[in-house]
Amino acid sequence: MADAVSARPRADVAGIAFATVLTIVIIFPLLVVCTWAFANVWRFPSVIPQQFGLRYWHDTLARADVWNALWISIRLSVTVTLLSAVICLPAAYAFARLDFPFRNVLFFSFLAAHAFPKFGLLVAIAAIFLQLHLIGTFWGVVLIQLVGTLLFMIWIPVSAFQAVDRRMEEAARDVGARPLRVFWSITLPQAGPTIAAAVLLSFVSTFYETEGAWLIGAPAISTTPVLMISFINNQPVIQYGAVLSMILWIPSLVALLFARRVIGSGAFARGFGA
Amino acid sequence: MAKLQISGVSKVFATTRAVDDITLSVGDGELVCLLGPSGSGKSTLLRMIGGFERPTEGSISIDGEEVMHLPPERRPTGMVFQSHALWSHMNVFGNIAFGLKLRRLPRAEIEEKVNEVLSLVGLSGFGARRPHQLSGGQQQRVALARSLVLRPKILLLDEPFASLDQHLRERLREEVRDIQQRVGITTLFVTHGQDEALSISDRIVVMRDGRVEQVDRPDMVYRQPRTPFVAGFIGTMNLIEGEVAAGRMKAGGMDVEVPIADGPAMLAVRPEFLSLARSEGPEGATAHRVVDYGTHLMVDIELADGTRLKAMTQPNAGWTAGDRLRLMPREIAVYRNGLVAHRATLSS
Repeated sequence: MADAVSARPRADVAGIAFATVLTIVIIFPLLVVCTWAFANVWRFPSVIPQQFGLRYWHDTLARADVWNALWISIRLSVTVTLLSAVICLPAAYAFARLDFPFRNVLFFSFLAAHAFPKFGLLVAIAAIFLQLHLIGTFWGVVLIQLVGTLLFMIWIPVSAFQAVDRRMEEAARDVGARPLRVFWSITLPQAGPTIAAAVLLSFVSTFYETEGAWLIGAPAISTTPVLMISFINNQPVIQYGAVLSMILWIPSLVALLFARRVIGSGAFARGFGA
Repeated sequence: MAKLQISGVSKVFATTRAVDDITLSVGDGELVCLLGPSGSGKSTLLRMIGGFERPTEGSISIDGEEVMHLPPERRPTGMVFQSHALWSHMNVFGNIAFGLKLRRLPRAEIEEKVNEVLSLVGLSGFGARRPHQLSGGQQQRVALARSLVLRPKILLLDEPFASLDQHLRERLREEVRDIQQRVGITTLFVTHGQDEALSISDRIVVMRDGRVEQVDRPDMVYRQPRTPFVAGFIGTMNLIEGEVAAGRMKAGGMDVEVPIADGPAMLAVRPEFLSLARSEGPEGATAHRVVDYGTHLMVDIELADGTRLKAMTQPNAGWTAGDRLRLMPREIAVYRNGLVAHRATLSS
């Protein structure tokens, strides 16, 4: 006789423990930063702040350099992401669909920027930019940050374009669509979620990039993350850095929420390979 | 209604000759099946007609007009793919209407045409559904509707039912045949299923290694295969190597009159044309296995040299495994040098 089967699934104790640890590891530092941002007074050995308030928010937001840095960061991120999409998406399509000499060598060359210590590469580029009078300019920082997006904006869209069923494109041509129309109406929507993931990664990574922005942009171009580092290094008050950190979360949070709403969570997750 | 003319068409991929010098005419409203095993070049030929592959040599014309220089979007053909190739980001209406929108038809006319073709394929009211909300059979009907709505001169079907289960496949092929006859569209249908080809086509083109082995009506391809390959590929055929000597051929325990020159040949007998009788002698054939299909018995016969043959008999014939048998062919074909050399109906 068959054993009775329990209807209630067994609790995955190890899984729950792992998820809890992971949550603590991710959430705890965020909570600490968040608490610092809203702490008017927090002295050792108190576990929680002696006084909560928005004093440091007022102080931080009253500074012109913060608003200036935020504006520069947004402009930089949007410009770099758009430029990267314009340059990289056609290139990614070519890598995915065309066969040409040195294709593989070129394709792997986009890994180079991430395969070696980045700072060395940046210093070498900075030397070239110095001769081109791009140091301390907006476009100098745009160019250096473009290098950082190549990996996302080439490699991820290439896999997206490769995953589009060629028969779908052929079916579109069969009913009368020219190649450009096929790309716009069939290929792009099919690869859309994955490309959107790449664009988002590109935007967020540009927004938080510090090394290139500091080396090429300073002192004239100060992005928000660069300003945050200078706050943390130069200000004895932790709250300034904490407030700026929280401000830095907002664009990526908005971008993520926007992407989820526009693309749909399922499709977006598939874009990241889920 | 349109005529398709393929003349001396070949296609070479690197060093492989996928299609080799094919000439074929397809008449107005005719349904022709391209039948052959995988790699026989049938899909490549279809793709060349649709404009997705460029022939290495030869010409293709529709209604007397050369179409070789035209890209797929300008050819008067409609293709239905094996994988359906429906656009998952559009609903059924969007999939079917896409080609009409490209032609800038008024919205009301587009709606009318889409509804009309949805009704034709039995999917009225499915316009708002997404492809993933449809069964495999429904998806294939949408793919068919997407092609038919543009009223192409030539309909190209590339193994459209290969991904469907047997039952659905049988039902859909009948439906496709009905639709094709109602619309009267000239159709080329690629398949590797002989049942499919035999059941719906006006003519069958049997292909092998990029070449045409035989072009004929389904009954003729079955009853009078021109080559041993066609004989073996369509239905079940007993093919036995032997020698012709003095006008007779002894092969597989059979001795038949064959009025051709002496030399090696191949004897071909369909299982339904192989009669069995009990044999008392030690030589001959043995019933190795008997399978009762209800409508008939299929007797798997083992000859003394290990050769296996099949015979189809009445269900009440009473054969059992181990019976000693005498084989009496009623209809034979003899092949030599890859072509039929002699056919005969024998008196029992």
